[in-house]
Amino acid sequence: MFIPHTEQDRKEMLEKIGVSSVKELLAQIPQELLYPVLDLPRALTEQELSSHVRALAARNKPLKNFIGAGIYEHFIPAAVGALSSRGEFLTAYTPYQAEASQGTLQTIYEFQSCICSLFDMDVATASHYDGATALAEAVLACLRVTGRKEILISAALHPHYKEVLKTYVRHQEGVLVKESPVGQDGTLDLAALEQNLSNQTACFVLATPNFFGCLEQAEEVSARVHQVGALLTALVSPLALGVMQTPGSYNADFAVAEGQPLGNAMNFGGPGLGIMTAKKAYMRQLPGRIVGIAKDKNGRRAFVLTLQAREQHIRREKASSNICSNEALCALNAVIYLTLLGPKGLQEVAELNLERSHQLAELLGKVPGFKLKFAAPFFNEFVLECPVPAKKVIQKLEKKGISAGYALGADWKGFENCLLVCATETKTEADLKAYAAALEGI
Amino acid sequence: METILKHNELSLEKSRPGRRGVRFSAAQKGAAAYLPQAYLRKTAPKLPELSEFETVRHFTCLSELNYCLDGEFYPLGSCTMKYNPKAYDLLSSLDGFTQVHPFAPESSVQGTLEMLYHFQELLKKVTGLSAFTLQPAAGAHGELTGILTARAYHDARKDFKRTEVIVPDTAHGTNPATAHMAGYTVINIKSASDGCVDKEALQNALSDKTAVVMLTVPNTVGLFEKDIREIADMVHKAGALFYLDGANFNALAGLVKPADLGADLMHLNVHKSFAAPHGGGGPGAGPVGAAAHVAPFLPKPMVECKNGKYTLTGKMPKSLGKMKAFYGNVAVCLRGYCYLRQFDDSTFKDIGENAVLNANYVRVALKGKFNAFFDRTCMHECVLSVNPAEMNGVHTSDIAKRLLDYGFYAPTIYFPLIVPEAIMIEPTETESKQMLDAFVRVMEKIYDEIHTEPQTVKDAPHSQCVCRIDEVSAAREPNLRW
Repeated sequence: MFIPHTEQDRKEMLEKIGVSSVKELLAQIPQELLYPVLDLPRALTEQELSSHVRALAARNKPLKNFIGAGIYEHFIPAAVGALSSRGEFLTAYTPYQAEASQGTLQTIYEFQSCICSLFDMDVATASHYDGATALAEAVLACLRVTGRKEILISAALHPHYKEVLKTYVRHQEGVLVKESPVGQDGTLDLAALEQNLSNQTACFVLATPNFFGCLEQAEEVSARVHQVGALLTALVSPLALGVMQTPGSYNADFAVAEGQPLGNAMNFGGPGLGIMTAKKAYMRQLPGRIVGIAKDKNGRRAFVLTLQAREQHIRREKASSNICSNEALCALNAVIYLTLLGPKGLQEVAELNLERSHQLAELLGKVPGFKLKFAAPFFNEFVLECPVPAKKVIQKLEKKGISAGYALGADWKGFENCLLVCATETKTEADLKAYAAALEGI
Repeated sequence: METILKHNELSLEKSRPGRRGVRFSAAQKGAAAYLPQAYLRKTAPKLPELSEFETVRHFTCLSELNYCLDGEFYPLGSCTMKYNPKAYDLLSSLDGFTQVHPFAPESSVQGTLEMLYHFQELLKKVTGLSAFTLQPAAGAHGELTGILTARAYHDARKDFKRTEVIVPDTAHGTNPATAHMAGYTVINIKSASDGCVDKEALQNALSDKTAVVMLTVPNTVGLFEKDIREIADMVHKAGALFYLDGANFNALAGLVKPADLGADLMHLNVHKSFAAPHGGGGPGAGPVGAAAHVAPFLPKPMVECKNGKYTLTGKMPKSLGKMKAFYGNVAVCLRGYCYLRQFDDSTFKDIGENAVLNANYVRVALKGKFNAFFDRTCMHECVLSVNPAEMNGVHTSDIAKRLLDYGFYAPTIYFPLIVPEAIMIEPTETESKQMLDAFVRVMEKIYDEIHTEPQTVKDAPHSQCVCRIDEVSAAREPNLRW
């Protein structure tokens, strides 16, 4: 399959090489291991494959989705996919040969620029695997910068992000990860935070919105973190920044995000788009690719991968990370999305998210037996306290074609009846009412 | 002629205040109705303001400045730039897959889970390994997953004294960087004069402190480690694990199973061996396979099949934890799944065979002008070297740039580090004889130019939208954003 050689081609090529069969070229391989039995199933033609894969896709049951929890359903304008699926972008290699890769390089420069401006941060990388690994690598950078060993994280950080962070730092000598609790309103307990911070703290990981959807008092947090000489790493929602205060405005040292909401489909959670930004002072601590402006020998503007002295292919074991790729195509989707929307469109879609989620919260909070768990401000998701275990609610609503939310009980003790519910601009007012109606009688 | 339309004007430079691409229906109330003033953004972000048409034209024009595999031959060593079948573009963009939330009820995502499960099974079949995780997002991420799996294995045995990872000097930079990230000390060993592992050096480096030995097979000079099984035995005898870097798996496809070579752990690159597109640098996917004794330490969760139902199991008490949020680059794995379903035992070996055939054809055809550094039969790629004394001041990097003028992407250059002025060529099995012949003719032409008009080569490229770029000054005063 996909091999163009005719028998005649092969014959001529073998002759030129001076062997009589391909097997002669494989003499380096232990002969007793050659050509093992693989037991692969029957090979499918393109037509058969197409039927088979379409049947698999049809086995996924479309539900009206009200889950957020790190991956968000948003409307993606048609131009995004139409442009990013062009073979010139899709099948290009990493832009190491800059002169023949100006298209990809410029789109990355524009991505970095849009992200810096959206986040109010000085530098952004070409992207990372996903939000969780971007966060973990930002924390590793904080450890290097401060030389301190203690990582303090918000207890309301995404459970997967907590796990990934722990995986990444586990083998750093003497490093400790501690959690700072949230209070009754679903946001950080500032008094407890103050107690947990010390001159041992390398960084505090703030999530706003946090996993419960609640928005944190970021300026208050930042002041306390910096007072002990620690760094602030903020995990934010890039879409919310269309209306929300920026990490730069509250003096974050690193700010990271899952960029999937910007023009990328949910895809069962992957690929994601790790957004990684920092203050200029930490530019050389950043992991992964960065594109910069250079000049060609005639003095014309050109784009190149730059600051490569941080990277594994130059520095090997002394590199800032082992990361070799970026999520270039996802970053391309994001920059096309941001270019199509512009500042006004982004504000519009952010406001719609606020409105829909608040409308839904109001409707669901009125259903007898259900109430909102927290009073803090939120962006596009919130915690609903149910009269029965959240898992039950999910099962019952699935039968009505609704994906009700994320059950928090598995990750938070005492939250068995709590459901994390999300409504983005993709939900109409009729959808919201249908959800509320489905809850009646549970 | 004066240029009126600039080829590389930034979207922001084309922007005009008030121009719009996409509109949404307006919310009834502004953000201030829902959030306290202190939480609101003070100034609008500096994003471009373009019409939809201008946006389409902007990115279309940018795409035209790229070389790409659909258009050009990429003889890029170690990168396996083989054809990316169009059917998989279509199938991986079906709503049934793209519109699926990772936390949706399992009963509603059986199609995706079934695909992932069978992809794991197919990877087990072609490698002979016992288990696969699909979580890693890329090859380097797979390496880190593999090394952390090894670490979890040693730790579970309370074998804490193993603090070293052995890496040959021909390894990709990701190998030592990965070992360092996992908290290990990197021990570099020199290669023997035949380009393979120096067994004596390896034996001297091995000890009860060795946790893992990382080897790329075939290695980065395109040679199969001839004593691979003996090496695996040495590694295992020392109590260490053998990590096989599968970046070059394309050369082994259908010819030999990594498990039969003694691998305990390995990663595969779906965007190399299994024909997913590179996307200009990602996303990829880097599944990691493990032999039975290390499988319980892989990241959680994994996809299982119980009574005909597919499920994600988090019950892996020995697991190293999670490597990324959710379950991997599913859309990329779907392409890999499609690819593997198009082969059976009788055709899968054609991949490896023809990759080896093409590389040896180019190696032999270039002989006399560009010689292989290790002059013998290679696997899927050949590494050439030039003698600077005969090159009229022309360097490998100049040859690479000159190739762009003739409509070819450049080979991998200056790698592996042990080969002076290295030119590393991996044609892959999907290139035709005509294309390889054309490439050889162009290389010969450049060779002649080096001796007749070296300046033309040194000044290359002459055909691209920009001339040779000064990469050094870009790093001195970085301009990384508008």
